[in-house]
Amino acid sequence: MCKTKTLGAVIPPYHSVQDLRMRYNVFSLIKNSFSGHKNWQPAWREPQPKSEYDIVIVGGGGHGLATAYYLAKEHGLTNVAVLEKGWLGSGNIGRNTTIIRSNYMLPGNNPFYEWSMKLWENLEQDFNFNAMVSQRGVLNLCHTDAQRDAFARRGNAMRIDGVDAELLDREQVREMYPFFDFENARFPIKGGLLQRRGGTVRHDAVAWGYARGADSRGVDIIQRCEVTGIHIENGKVVGVDTNKGFIRCKKLGLATAGNSSETAAMAGLKLPVESHVLQAFVSEGLKPYIDGVVTFGAGHFYVSQSDKGGLVFGGDIDGYNSYARRGNLPMVEHVVEAGVAMIPSIARVRVLRSWGGIMDMSMDGSPIIDKTPIQNLYLNTGWCYGGFKATPASGWCFAHTIARDEPHKLNAAYRLDRFRTGHMLDEKGQGATPNLH
Amino acid sequence: MLIPCPHCGTRPVEEFTFLGDASVTRPTTNDPSSMEQWYDYVYLRNNPRGRFDEYAHHSGGCRSWLVVTRNTETHEVYGAVTARDYTRAKGARA
Repeated sequence: MCKTKTLGAVIPPYHSVQDLRMRYNVFSLIKNSFSGHKNWQPAWREPQPKSEYDIVIVGGGGHGLATAYYLAKEHGLTNVAVLEKGWLGSGNIGRNTTIIRSNYMLPGNNPFYEWSMKLWENLEQDFNFNAMVSQRGVLNLCHTDAQRDAFARRGNAMRIDGVDAELLDREQVREMYPFFDFENARFPIKGGLLQRRGGTVRHDAVAWGYARGADSRGVDIIQRCEVTGIHIENGKVVGVDTNKGFIRCKKLGLATAGNSSETAAMAGLKLPVESHVLQAFVSEGLKPYIDGVVTFGAGHFYVSQSDKGGLVFGGDIDGYNSYARRGNLPMVEHVVEAGVAMIPSIARVRVLRSWGGIMDMSMDGSPIIDKTPIQNLYLNTGWCYGGFKATPASGWCFAHTIARDEPHKLNAAYRLDRFRTGHMLDEKGQGATPNLH
Repeated sequence: MLIPCPHCGTRPVEEFTFLGDASVTRPTTNDPSSMEQWYDYVYLRNNPRGRFDEYAHHSGGCRSWLVVTRNTETHEVYGAVTARDYTRAKGARA
């Protein structure tokens, strides 16, 4: 407490990295309340870029910031810069439907997502920031016998990996959500697969928490700094051109989500990725109504209720390449139709807002966290619909891959060359199409 | 988005199914030495911000395969031709 007291007055802002950080706890809250909350320090500095860093991360979204955080925390690498062309949280980390879960099936996939879940469970204590992690349960509904069989198989696969999974029958689902359309003529609800440890997290607080945690360890987070070129000499990355000048680096990590194809093209790489727009929606505020996360099994629709009362929901990508961050009306209609088929009582709820984010859709629905054919260039992309829940593990594994120059066993299957070698991670078994999970 | 189908006139986007990048060319051989071409054809994609030629199937209309030229950043549609005409024109350019 004494330490924080001297900060505002004596130390000029943004100079001392380590001392700047005020821990957030009940005492600092009470202390600041006496001064009318006017003396809170900025959560991170706004430094000018240095001419050289050991590691530069392109993309100050959730994954880029988490990578920087774990580079500093787990590997002691703090001569790191995160370059963000917009502002923190302006991309998909602030545009998703905030769902976290680890209910995947394939061996190369689920241990990674379960590690992410474990990191979520301890995240707020870890980075001393309230991210409102709420393990309210994720329920996938099934509507046919075949779908229930598939859920039983997936639930068993999850349990083999030590993940919680419960197969519910119709009455158990009815007890949780009596207002669903159980007797729907086409899509009767037959039961569901429940992961109680799944839930929601306040998405932009995740970016802020990681940014603050990385910054306090010495990482430079440079906003409004767009990378315009990648310098390669003798097959090795040596630096990046930016709108703030050339920045030399020993290692370069790309975590640019929907812009991955463009950033990778600066290094001459062509990716198995397409960029698509995915819309999300929030309704007007309602009284507490849906206390978990529920997904429809007969169409693509997922919904939860925010603490402010709005129903947060989404569905499919629009289905055409896009960098526009806004979609078209036919998909709005499609998503809402699925929602009303599942929960008829939301038919009269008004939609408050809709928005779009650009998804990096890979050709098998699974991500890429790997080295590249160019030395010291590392790639994190291909998150499809599922980047948010993966944020902690993605940052953790990408940091490991960059620091050690080799993948961790948790991301060993997320190889860039798996499409060439035939080692696809195709959860849905649908082949090469960029519209999978 | 409205797509000017050469057969049906201007039609709304929900009548179309998009296959994406029209720059890929299907290899003409199954020879093992063509693996790299197949890899490129099946998995790799041009994914530009801006002007983009893409395959679109008019699945809710005349069921023709088209190539639509569109801006991926603004969603402005510049035009559409049949996939056959597009390929012929590409062949003529090559």
